[in-house]
Amino acid sequence: MRASFNRRLLDQTPTLLFAVALAGFGLSTPAFLTKENLLNIGVQAAPVGIVATGMTFVLLTGGVDLSVGAAMFVAAAVAGKLLLGGQSLALAATAMLGIGAIWGAINAVLIARSRIAAFIVTLAMLFIGRGFALWLTETRAMNLPDSFLRVGSARFAGIPAALWLLGLVAGAAQITLSFTPFGRQLHAVGQDQEAARKAGVNTKRILTWTYLLSGIAAALGAVTALGQLGAVTPKFGENYEFKAIAAAVLGGTSLFGGRGAVLPGTLIGALLIQSIENGLVLRNADPYFYPLITSAIIFVAICLDRVRSAILAKRTRRHIRVEATT
Amino acid sequence: MTFALEVRGIEKSFSGVPVLRGVTFALEAGKTLGLVGENGAGKSTLMNILGGGVQADAGQMLLGGVSHAPRTPADAARAGVAFVHQELNLFPNLTIAENIFLTAFPTRSGAFIRYSAIYQRTAELLREVGLDTPPDTPVENLSTGQRQLVEIAKALSRDARILIFDEPTSSLSARECEQLFKVMGQLRRRGLTMIYISHQLGDVLRLCDSVVVLRDGIVAGSGPTREFTADRLVVLMVGRALTQLYPSRRGSARSEIVFEARGLGEPRVIHDISFALRRGEILGVAGLMGAGRSELARILFGLDPHSRGAVFLEGKALHRASPTERISRGLAFLTEDRRHEGLCLDASIADNLMLVALRDFARTPLKLLNRAMSRATLQKIRERIRLNQNARDEQPVRTLSGGNQQKVVLGKWLLVQPRVLILDEPTRGVDVGAKFEIYSQILELADGGAGILIISSEIEELLGLCDRVLVMNRGEIRDELSRPEFDRERILQSALPAELFS
Repeated sequence: MRASFNRRLLDQTPTLLFAVALAGFGLSTPAFLTKENLLNIGVQAAPVGIVATGMTFVLLTGGVDLSVGAAMFVAAAVAGKLLLGGQSLALAATAMLGIGAIWGAINAVLIARSRIAAFIVTLAMLFIGRGFALWLTETRAMNLPDSFLRVGSARFAGIPAALWLLGLVAGAAQITLSFTPFGRQLHAVGQDQEAARKAGVNTKRILTWTYLLSGIAAALGAVTALGQLGAVTPKFGENYEFKAIAAAVLGGTSLFGGRGAVLPGTLIGALLIQSIENGLVLRNADPYFYPLITSAIIFVAICLDRVRSAILAKRTRRHIRVEATT
Repeated sequence: MTFALEVRGIEKSFSGVPVLRGVTFALEAGKTLGLVGENGAGKSTLMNILGGGVQADAGQMLLGGVSHAPRTPADAARAGVAFVHQELNLFPNLTIAENIFLTAFPTRSGAFIRYSAIYQRTAELLREVGLDTPPDTPVENLSTGQRQLVEIAKALSRDARILIFDEPTSSLSARECEQLFKVMGQLRRRGLTMIYISHQLGDVLRLCDSVVVLRDGIVAGSGPTREFTADRLVVLMVGRALTQLYPSRRGSARSEIVFEARGLGEPRVIHDISFALRRGEILGVAGLMGAGRSELARILFGLDPHSRGAVFLEGKALHRASPTERISRGLAFLTEDRRHEGLCLDASIADNLMLVALRDFARTPLKLLNRAMSRATLQKIRERIRLNQNARDEQPVRTLSGGNQQKVVLGKWLLVQPRVLILDEPTRGVDVGAKFEIYSQILELADGGAGILIISSEIEELLGLCDRVLVMNRGEIRDELSRPEFDRERILQSALPAELFS
């Protein structure tokens, strides 16, 4: 079956692109394919990967969360204030997760209960969040105590903590999606929300949890990013919503809902984006060039999604005649 | 005698308009009841009340002797009422087993789905409905008929006490229908109580033990099936004898060819299709489901590509003209899927009717709509298609019955005065009365000089309406019959797979 072969090839496109990127940069830049650099790519990809995991849940329901970057900024700004005020690291991190959960809950109430379009709700939350955090930080950068960076660069069994966290989050997410009633019902909601409701699925509950998880994932991503940067700047978390969407869609999650996966999909997507950035840095590419590359990646991701759904549509078309093979 | 279901004096009005007026009947346990009636007679409302979608204003229902007044669909499901709907409610991105257990997954440690358990149970259910497919098959890989069987398996998984089939055959092929009827027979032998709703009166008479006929919200007739014939059912449904099923034809085909296909082909879809349609001619296309008739219609209208041959409208080749271009040159296409492709269900009657002709009402340089002109036209077209007079212009099309919805689709195309009209299953899911009116419109259009191409799975309909019939089989035209040659047997033979006769 040619069609199913094409489809399978398309499903593997992210992995193939990732392999091509690794091979390309590996051949042209000797420093790229070293163990340290690869771990480095993983660590750098961790924040986006974690945020994109939450985003995958949202996209699977057919929604979108544009407010994740703003949520990260608010959480980081509050944590910065607490740390500079002499509070403990544990308290700051807990506060961040709490803010993520509250953030997600606000989105959830507006989207699931008040039935306002996710795009509008999260766009508003993006501006509210960035505005609030700018006010809180008085638009100044805050350098955090070294303790944060030390935790951020800790390793267990030779693997950086950020990578452990990414693996843990992605693994737990995929298990939830594949093996729990919540995960399967979430796929149903993304396919057809009205039909899911009619079938007796508690769609409000599913949507509420989805945006809640996305908020918490954004906060976890912020913790990870803070551990690497050691500072809260006015640009903290900026454009993370787009990077997260790009990672998820590159990994095969559909913008139309109902189809996608965190493992390997979104994880590969996040690693792919980071590998390309890393490779460009190693090759001393013009920094003004990066946004172009990032946008090109997003563009490719969207095109892939389009081609994928077109193939899916074609596959469901009836074949009336068996043509003689020529 | 034990009754599985007793319905006593059910009444229901929507915004003051009575829909059900004291409906009373009883259904013996283990029997199958046929529920028939025109669109708008109240069948759907009655089933909605039984299924918890809406609540009755007055009256009482007893399910197995216990009062049944569900407030939500979930209540009704718990009480043992299960539906197999006309539009399937399955999720193509999930597996068969996941679809069946979607709201009732058994779990391990309170969190993880016990897949081994649901696969095993699903395999048993699939055996019962005669579907030989692994339980972990994604539903998107199944045909419509197979999906219907999954719906039945799903209903069985809930230990349904009453299984309600709502127009289950409207999108099934002949073979798939037989399979469905076979499964229904087995369920009946197992003692399951069923309600079967259909416009196919032959099927109702064949499958059911008793029949209830609804007309204008009252029970117009009920009793054991043996007391009924198709003719008597029609009389009860319509309230008068339909002496004539098809309006009489005044005009006839003229000599000029208005629409022509020459050697149309597309790999795996259609092969070497040629025909010429004359002005004023009604040309039918017969064939089984999946013979390529709808695909041909889509290609003729420019919705799908073709790689060989050409289409000519009034002598000029259409090449790769878009549907928009074809419409402006006088082609119109009434799709087989009115809910998804023929209508914007949540838009108003007025908006749907005006959709195609809209540009004709915006003739000023600024392209502003001339409201007065459009309103006058709207009134005229509503009268012409005889749309339900109680329906307001701004009412969403979704709220109309199937027959009235189809009239809106037809009206939309009549407004642009097409020179060629392609109709794909124009009377599917439409009641007897509305059918007659749709036929009249088609004939009137042909008498006015338009060419009509009509695809239908009901051979009677084609024989009643057409001047000439083409028979398609596996994407090819197998046979062509002109009116004097019309012959049911011959059409069926050409439509059925050749293997059957060799």
